[in-house]
Amino acid sequence: MWNTIFPYLLSGISVGGQYALIAIGYTMVYGILRLINFAHGDVFMVAGIVMVYLAASGLPLYVTIPLVLVITAAIGFLIERVAYKPLRSAPRMSVMISAIGVSYTLQNLVLYITGGLNKQYPTIPWISDSVTIGSATTKLVTVITPVLTIVLVVALVLLINKTKIGMAMRAVSKDFETSQLMGIKINSVISVTFVTGSFLAAVGSVLYFTNYPTVIQTSGAMPGLKAFVAAVFGGIGSIPGAVIGAFIIGIMENIIKGLDVILFKAGVISKPLGLATFSDAFTFALLIIILVVKPTGLFGEKATDKV
Amino acid sequence: MSLLHISDLRVSYGGIEALKGISLDVEKGEIVTLIGANGAGKSTTLRAISGLVPLKTGTITYDGQVISGQSPQKIVSEGICMVPEGRRVFPNLTVLENLRIGAYLRKDDIQPDIAHVYQLFPRLKERSWQLAGTLSGGEQQMLAVGRALMMRPKLLMMDEPSLGLAPLVIRDIFRIIRTLHEEGITILLVEQNANAALRVADSAYVLETGSLGMHGTGEELLNDPRVKEAYLGKSRGQ
Ligand SMILES: Nc1ncnc2c1ncn2[C@@H]1O[C@H](COP(=O)(O)OP(=O)(O)O)[C@@H](O)[C@H]1O
Ligand SMILES: [Mg+2]
Repeated sequence: MWNTIFPYLLSGISVGGQYALIAIGYTMVYGILRLINFAHGDVFMVAGIVMVYLAASGLPLYVTIPLVLVITAAIGFLIERVAYKPLRSAPRMSVMISAIGVSYTLQNLVLYITGGLNKQYPTIPWISDSVTIGSATTKLVTVITPVLTIVLVVALVLLINKTKIGMAMRAVSKDFETSQLMGIKINSVISVTFVTGSFLAAVGSVLYFTNYPTVIQTSGAMPGLKAFVAAVFGGIGSIPGAVIGAFIIGIMENIIKGLDVILFKAGVISKPLGLATFSDAFTFALLIIILVVKPTGLFGEKATDKV
Repeated sequence: MSLLHISDLRVSYGGIEALKGISLDVEKGEIVTLIGANGAGKSTTLRAISGLVPLKTGTITYDGQVISGQSPQKIVSEGICMVPEGRRVFPNLTVLENLRIGAYLRKDDIQPDIAHVYQLFPRLKERSWQLAGTLSGGEQQMLAVGRALMMRPKLLMMDEPSLGLAPLVIRDIFRIIRTLHEEGITILLVEQNANAALRVADSAYVLETGSLGMHGTGEELLNDPRVKEAYLGKSRGQ
């Protein structure tokens, strides 16, 4: 029984870690701007595309991977400056629409560049190697992802709670005007938030796409949406919430993928029921249930409108 | 020359003119109070000085330099600090962090300033690690004042510090205002509690729907029959 479940659990934890790295970007931006950054999933996809082209240029991986992280962070910075900052005092709906615009702009830009073809994601040695742990044979990335995720989350939490810029981020997330009275440049703090979120999404993209052969302009949609649900589930605005939500969704969705096999081996069913089909539906059913039962999520604050 | 000089200040929100050309002076070392009814434009005046709202016309000069049009960061760094209306402490930061963030622009050692604030407000010291959101209204007001002091202001602007507080706490706040005055800080105090404000003020202005009315020493306005009629009626004897 355990041996049957374990491989699914393991890949669930891994996928959960990848969702977590994306979900943090959603939750941080929401925390500071009360904005659902619809373009975040596409930033994640663009990180994948940037990797494809950088790897094709023949640069060694120890150069391309850091470059992907830096370029993606820069893209996050630019998006905020170009599409959100000019709307700082506009109604929130306008910013939301701008975010949707950015999302489609990025997808179409990539469509134009790639011609809409699936682009082969480079194989990153070492993390693509196979390992066997107990009953599971998987790529090393599966094991590395949750460890790296936890390390990055701890670093981020320390940044937010122990540093001056982190203190400014917490202040700005509560009160723009009073933060300005303290001498905080809110635009810089907001930029730091976007850079951090995009950087983490880029790390997530390297880990995520290593498990998939190709990247295409729509590749960010599903993981982006899952990560968004994770952020809502955890309580949008809360970083621990987003991480826990992401792990729960990753694990549940992978267990459901294996449910036929698990139940069959356990003798509960005698022929496959095709339950794996429901793995995506589960995530979105979960979203609906949270929104109905506990709109603030696991760790969310009460919805307060910022003055 | 006065520390702060405002001339012909106009501010409008959308089409509505909140300040219709006011001019006032704050002399170094004085307590100047601005009294007026709700909606008169008192907060707008302070927000304009802080750089939070753009001016339509007028200039604000501080210490001989024009500061109107500057960013709030620049203005704070010049030593003009505000205790905003409604206190606005950061509820998700601890008491100590609220003080630290008050010194956000400072690069030197802030320990002596923290000690000084704790000496002025011993209750804050006891609650150093508590989240500011869990403090009582009076404690939050003290924290808001302490936070503003962390920048070592030359000009401290206070927007209705007595609002919504119990009489005993109000007395504490005004005692602190006197102490800060004795320390040499210039204070621009906005109040609806005209009685208490006029008593501490060296100089006072009455603001009426965006225009300045009477002006005089605190004493003069306190004894002015028109001020008594309009602003001191209810709060007399407090
Ligand atoms: N952000 C704002 N947008 C539009 N009108 C405002 C805004 N803030 C203040 N006002 C208006 O400007 C006038 C002056 O307000 P304010 O300066 O807050 O008065 P006071 O502090 O004396 O009570 C009022 O009529 C108020 O409704
Ligand atoms: Mg006011």
